[in-house]
Amino acid sequence: MTGTLLAIVSAIFFPGIILRVKSIASGRKGPGILQPWKNIILLFRKSSVFSTATSFIFRLAPAVYLATICCALMLLPFPGMSSVLGFEGDFILFAYLLALGKLLFILGALDTGSSFEGMGANREALYSMLTEPAFFILLGTLALLSGHLSMQDIFSHFQFAGEFSLIAGAIAIYLLVQIAMIENSRMPVDDPKTHLELTMVHEVMILDYSGVDLAFIQTGTNLKFVLYGGLIANFFMPVNYDWFLVTAAIHGSPLTVHLMATLLNGIIFLLVQAAFAAAIGLMESFRARKKLAKNPQFIVTLSSIALIAFILVLLLTRNLIR
Amino acid sequence: MEQFFIPAAVLGSFLILVVPGKYRYYYTLTLILFISLVTSVPAALQFIGTVDIAGNVSGNPLSASLSSSTWIFKGDLGELRFAIDKLSSFFILVTNFTVFTGMLYSRGYLKAYEKTKNPAQFSLHYFSYTWLHLSMLAVLTLRDGLSFLIAWELMAVSSFMLILFEAEKRSTLKTAVNYLVQMHIGFIFLLIAFLITEAGTGNMSFDALPAWFSNHNNIGLFLLFFAGFGIKAGFMPFHTWLPEAHPAAPSHVSGVMSGVMIKMGIYGIFRVLTSIQSDWYTIGLVLLIVSAGTGLLGILFSTAQKDIKRILAYSTIENIGIIGLGMGLGSIGVALHNPVLTVLGFTGSLLHVLNHSLFKSLLFYGSGSVFRATHTRNIEELGGLVHSLPRTAGLFLFGSAAICALPPLNGFISEFLLYVGFFKGLSAGNEYLSILFLLIILSLTLIGGLAIFSFSRAFGISFLGNPRKDIHIQSDTITRDMIFPQLLIAFVILGIGLMPLVFITPIAGLVETQFHPGVLHAGIFPVAALNKISLFGLILVTLVTAILLLRLRLLKNREVMYGPTWGCGYTEGTVRQQYTGTSFAGNLSELAQPVLQNKEEFRAIAADDIFPHKRSIHIQTSDIFSKSLGKLTDLSWLVLKKLARLQTGNIRHYVLYAFIFILLIFALLYLKLI
Repeated sequence: MTGTLLAIVSAIFFPGIILRVKSIASGRKGPGILQPWKNIILLFRKSSVFSTATSFIFRLAPAVYLATICCALMLLPFPGMSSVLGFEGDFILFAYLLALGKLLFILGALDTGSSFEGMGANREALYSMLTEPAFFILLGTLALLSGHLSMQDIFSHFQFAGEFSLIAGAIAIYLLVQIAMIENSRMPVDDPKTHLELTMVHEVMILDYSGVDLAFIQTGTNLKFVLYGGLIANFFMPVNYDWFLVTAAIHGSPLTVHLMATLLNGIIFLLVQAAFAAAIGLMESFRARKKLAKNPQFIVTLSSIALIAFILVLLLTRNLIR
Repeated sequence: MEQFFIPAAVLGSFLILVVPGKYRYYYTLTLILFISLVTSVPAALQFIGTVDIAGNVSGNPLSASLSSSTWIFKGDLGELRFAIDKLSSFFILVTNFTVFTGMLYSRGYLKAYEKTKNPAQFSLHYFSYTWLHLSMLAVLTLRDGLSFLIAWELMAVSSFMLILFEAEKRSTLKTAVNYLVQMHIGFIFLLIAFLITEAGTGNMSFDALPAWFSNHNNIGLFLLFFAGFGIKAGFMPFHTWLPEAHPAAPSHVSGVMSGVMIKMGIYGIFRVLTSIQSDWYTIGLVLLIVSAGTGLLGILFSTAQKDIKRILAYSTIENIGIIGLGMGLGSIGVALHNPVLTVLGFTGSLLHVLNHSLFKSLLFYGSGSVFRATHTRNIEELGGLVHSLPRTAGLFLFGSAAICALPPLNGFISEFLLYVGFFKGLSAGNEYLSILFLLIILSLTLIGGLAIFSFSRAFGISFLGNPRKDIHIQSDTITRDMIFPQLLIAFVILGIGLMPLVFITPIAGLVETQFHPGVLHAGIFPVAALNKISLFGLILVTLVTAILLLRLRLLKNREVMYGPTWGCGYTEGTVRQQYTGTSFAGNLSELAQPVLQNKEEFRAIAADDIFPHKRSIHIQTSDIFSKSLGKLTDLSWLVLKKLARLQTGNIRHYVLYAFIFILLIFALLYLKLI
């Protein structure tokens, strides 16, 4: 649960950092760190306007979207903590929970009967279909390397899997960052700041949402960012702090050692989230959006990279262990 | 018991033909209920038996005594042996449930035909329906090859009669004949396979298979059985009858055919697998590769269809692929002596049989209701049905979520078992197996993503948005009798999703008794994971409810406004501008063009077209397998046409043929060639 709580904490400043970095990169002063949340709170206070074409599915979609992301957050691993909710194969549930949210989200967009929103729904369905294999191959690679199937065990055993865990980790972080960008409909595939509905994905799907429902969706989107950020942070948090504590000459009861380690990991977790947010802001400032027609190729490339990583790990582990 | 039950059921089925029209439905319903109850009791006893995942099954004396209950029916011509073991009992329970819900649904669905069809046609329909049920039960319990094949044939003929319900449509007639022919090709494979068994052991029976397999090469005979059963099950490339026959049949029949009848093919493959003695690895590889192809191509084709029942039919093929993947994983597990893979593979596969029978029949009934209310199955003509048919829409969405394997519903449980199996298998064998398993995981995820694509399209285009065509929707035709069976199924779907272990435990016991993977203990089976999944299901349901309540509370005292859909500044949008099924599939079709081979007829506006006039676009999707099968039949037609010259109609020529034949025999005998 530590990971979940920390992720929720980091969600508070996450969207603000992205905005701030983007505004600084483009030479503006930019709004305060908390501005995105202030906007969401404002939305929570507002009433809603519904299209007459919509049905209960339109109203159900934001709730399910938010609920699935909250559920997935509970699966977030954190080193050194015994995972209460994790289990063997929890990443499968993780991916399919997000898929449930996406299905309802797509249907909510189709419910309005707008051609623009249909377009967005279609793109979202296609991109998420193409992204999922990359995530599963990546987790397959990590599972093979660590010999475990729950995210908690994968990450805690991953760091001891040998020197090549470094290179696998680098590839994994790259892939997770890209997957997070696609899943959140950000820069290389979609630009939230674009002005033309024809070229949007995420923003066009929520055109008809307003007030509380829009607030749910934006909350969900922010949480989705820290969800992936939390996974990335797990690559940076050491499981074993003995070397550090010995050099710092801290000798205490196992409980204090454990608390110290958790505290340090918590700080690293928050720092990684902040760095991830800053990286997104920088990427969005200096990277152009791809042509829509090129997006599928780009997304399939991720699966290919993951596949190469898998075969690499397979060869390395088999040759080195035998 | 059996001396009474079997004549009673057969006689009862014939009485359908004479029961007056007013009581016909209730009579048939009672008969089906009677047959289901009488067969379910021994099946349930056998199935639930004495199994406990955590316990030690192999040492239990009760399981041995319960291993198989046999009904022997003695007639004048000999005796029929009906044996119910765990494998049959599982399939019997699945069959009985779906046949029963189909019967419940048929009442409302067939009501519309009362004006156009005469009573004899109704009687024949219910008669065939009862016989489809009886023949499926016979297929599941008969072990003797000859009587099995007779039951198999009865099943094909009775389902043929059921497809023919709307025989006045030319296309239905053609489809039904195509179905019958393809079933007989499958029959030939099975016949040959049984004859080979008889030649080897002197006994033409499933029970003789272990003896045959123990001193022959296993893969050949398995492939023969696989081809024979695979045509019924719909494995690619034997699937071409399926997307034609399901849409042509009345919806409750499609539900039963897709839900359980094609599973008889799966049962057959399982039955043969229980007798296999060697070559497990090769069999596993064949199953995995064929199934992965079946799953991927099946769901890919489904994304391009416009007929809602064809979408479902192709998705049936996909699900058969998933079931096959489980069988392949289990076989590899047996080959590697890895009980984990065996249990996960076979259990996942069997659970998916049950799951698919539930959500696919639910979806077929839903599509039947759509057809009943709108008289069209073309999703391009539908839209906005959620407003006129809210209950059907909700249930269809529920079924779609279940078939997309989304938590907290049942589809997720079976696919989860398979995923865990394949992930565990990554380090179970050599490098090549790891790569193969990773590719299978890749295809499973693609299948999952494509299923979401296909079902968000099917549901979104036909139920959401605005009506695309001015169709008079007869929402009053969807009566409570049509909703009730769907609700019943939805209830079971949710039950499996939230309490998976209740259903999985006996299935795992079945796998244990049939495949002996070794001791079945808690460590092998992901009991903890399944418990956590049900916990997450509850958390998810609670969270959604909580958020919805919060939403209600926040909006309570606020004035909610209604208006047209935001048209991005354009206020004169029409319903024709909505996304259609074809445009939704557009970008995927482009990517999958090599497989789908869509033909597009469209003339773009030329530079000199000053005044735009009416234009049309026509996109056609074809199934490459049907096309190549068509080429094959064309070729054989050509050959047969040439041979038909022998058939002159002149009696003297026929005498000459007989003479030549006798001469040939003499010549061959003289040369000692025969």
